[in-house]
Amino acid sequence: MKLYQRPKSLKNVHTHFCPGCGHGIIHKLICEVVDELKIREKMIAIAPVGCGVFGYNYWDFDVSEAAHGRTPAVATGIKRVHPDKIVLSYQGDGDLAAIGTAEIIHAANRGENITVIFVNNAIYGMTGGQMAPTTLMGQKSTTTPFGREKNLGYPIKVCELLAQLEGTTYLERTSVNSPLNVMKTRKAIKKAFELQITNKGFSLIEVLSMCPTNWKKDAIESCNFVKEQMMKIFPLGVIKDTTKTK
Amino acid sequence: MTNKKVLKKGNHVIGAAAIEAGCEFYAGYPITPQNELTEYMAKHMVLNKRPFVQAESEVSAINMVFGASAAGARAMTSSSSPGISLKQEGISYIAGANLPCVIVNMVRGGPGLGNIAGAQSDYFQATRGGGHGDYRLIVLGPNSVQELYDYTMKSFDLADKYRIPVMILGDGYLGQMMESLTLHKYAKPKNLPKKTWALTGCKGRNPNVIKTLYLTPEDALEKHNLELNVKYEKIKKELQLFETINVQNAELVIVAYGTVSRVVKNVIESSDKKIGLFRPISLWPFPENALRNLKCKKFLVVEMSLGQMVEDVKLSLFGTDASVDLIARPGGMIPTEEEIHKKIKLMLK
Ligand SMILES: Cc1ncc(C[n+]2csc(CCOP(=O)(O)OP(=O)(O)O)c2C)c(N)n1
Repeated sequence: MKLYQRPKSLKNVHTHFCPGCGHGIIHKLICEVVDELKIREKMIAIAPVGCGVFGYNYWDFDVSEAAHGRTPAVATGIKRVHPDKIVLSYQGDGDLAAIGTAEIIHAANRGENITVIFVNNAIYGMTGGQMAPTTLMGQKSTTTPFGREKNLGYPIKVCELLAQLEGTTYLERTSVNSPLNVMKTRKAIKKAFELQITNKGFSLIEVLSMCPTNWKKDAIESCNFVKEQMMKIFPLGVIKDTTKTK
Repeated sequence: MTNKKVLKKGNHVIGAAAIEAGCEFYAGYPITPQNELTEYMAKHMVLNKRPFVQAESEVSAINMVFGASAAGARAMTSSSSPGISLKQEGISYIAGANLPCVIVNMVRGGPGLGNIAGAQSDYFQATRGGGHGDYRLIVLGPNSVQELYDYTMKSFDLADKYRIPVMILGDGYLGQMMESLTLHKYAKPKNLPKKTWALTGCKGRNPNVIKTLYLTPEDALEKHNLELNVKYEKIKKELQLFETINVQNAELVIVAYGTVSRVVKNVIESSDKKIGLFRPISLWPFPENALRNLKCKKFLVVEMSLGQMVEDVKLSLFGTDASVDLIARPGGMIPTEEEIHKKIKLMLK
């Protein structure tokens, strides 16, 4: 038996991601789960505006782009038309928690039977390292050159926010900063897809992820930053799970 | 459905036509003067076991339509001017992604909140493609409840045929108006292209991608733009919808669309002069050749906006020696027969 191989759903190409970026790991995990659950031919994913935009270059299943932040609205349209397909909304923190706040809250509140993978790297990656709604207090970015201050708001805890809504079924925060956490993330993603397959409703996995390029740290420092700084504000774990009661 | 005459409200009739034409997805957000349409869809889409979503905003509604259309469905949204402004982002993406859909704008006065009376002040926004980027929509301007019914059905076919957003540009008066019409069955054209591009899960085929981003190579986007333009040129050739009344040997031809054209019809009937009407129905593409081919030397444009359609009339007549005058009533005011008669007298003195 092979210990490791490229998931079938992941195209055999080089990615555009920077060294040490978490997106590639998360892409791979999604594909592993898609293979394991044998849902590749039922998948319809939405790639966000952000570093995840080229999802279709890597995922070997149907993919649509969406306008910045509208990812959950596009997912809603697709899922309502094809309730029997598996719909994935892949989003960054600018996409989901700033420009697309309304879309994610209302998709969650409607209890859309979709899976959201929310990549929280505490920064706007694609546009070159500006402040995100999840940027930590004091964290430097190109638009917080002196560190994030109060009058720029506080890091938004998306899972905790969405947990208030009756429409949400499963919310978990994980990370890809260590091999153990990668495995936990894989498990969470699998759970989220399984819930969709069994029509349990809205699930979101928030994945704390590294952005060495824009954090101006090396890969190891970045993994440590997730552990030492981000996890303090964004604690890992299952934030909401109604599947036992629902 | 028998071909019987019934009395119905404009907004309801758009909904009835959409249901009859097999609309498979609707998303909307309340706004006067088109609420009856969203309400009609809320009831009848559900009764027909088709998805209806009251979205959290027009931004979201149009992006749901993007998704539904990408998934291969006949999808529709409706709103009125302020809401249509919010939809422009989504319309640009839909146009860029070669997706079909139907968008209804029951125009009200603007700018800003304006008022809730019917107006034609979104003509530029509709016909120039109101969002960012080089794109066009098909824009149809019906002038009666019957035409709202007929052209709503047709708009689904045009959208699918050309993979393009189609806008029904009505106005608050048309939407609120009760009028008799003949309901008829929808017959789907046989030659509509199969939606092989739609996202349905890649079972038995290579994965499909719906996108608007063309970063590399350097000229990828230009190529895409030029391909879109080939489509636009084809539509220009194939779709020039208009109505003419009394244009032969007319001393003066009035150009008017939508609600205003109904006032103009009365003017023509009651005038002692030989007055014609040229009524564009496709506002994009504008029926420029038909207008240009009229032998008349004097044109009067009457519109419920401050001189928007008149630009297309002038462009159509560019290089001829015809003169073009204008009656422009903004803010939801309908031009009166008297003021049109008065203007005609002045022009034919
Ligand atoms: C309407 C609109 N506003 C702004 C942008 C520019 N933009 C592209 S990506 C992006 C930020 C993406 O950041 P995030 O969602 O955190 O994803 P990441 O790149 O970090 O993965 C922005 C602001 C855009 N494309 N569209």
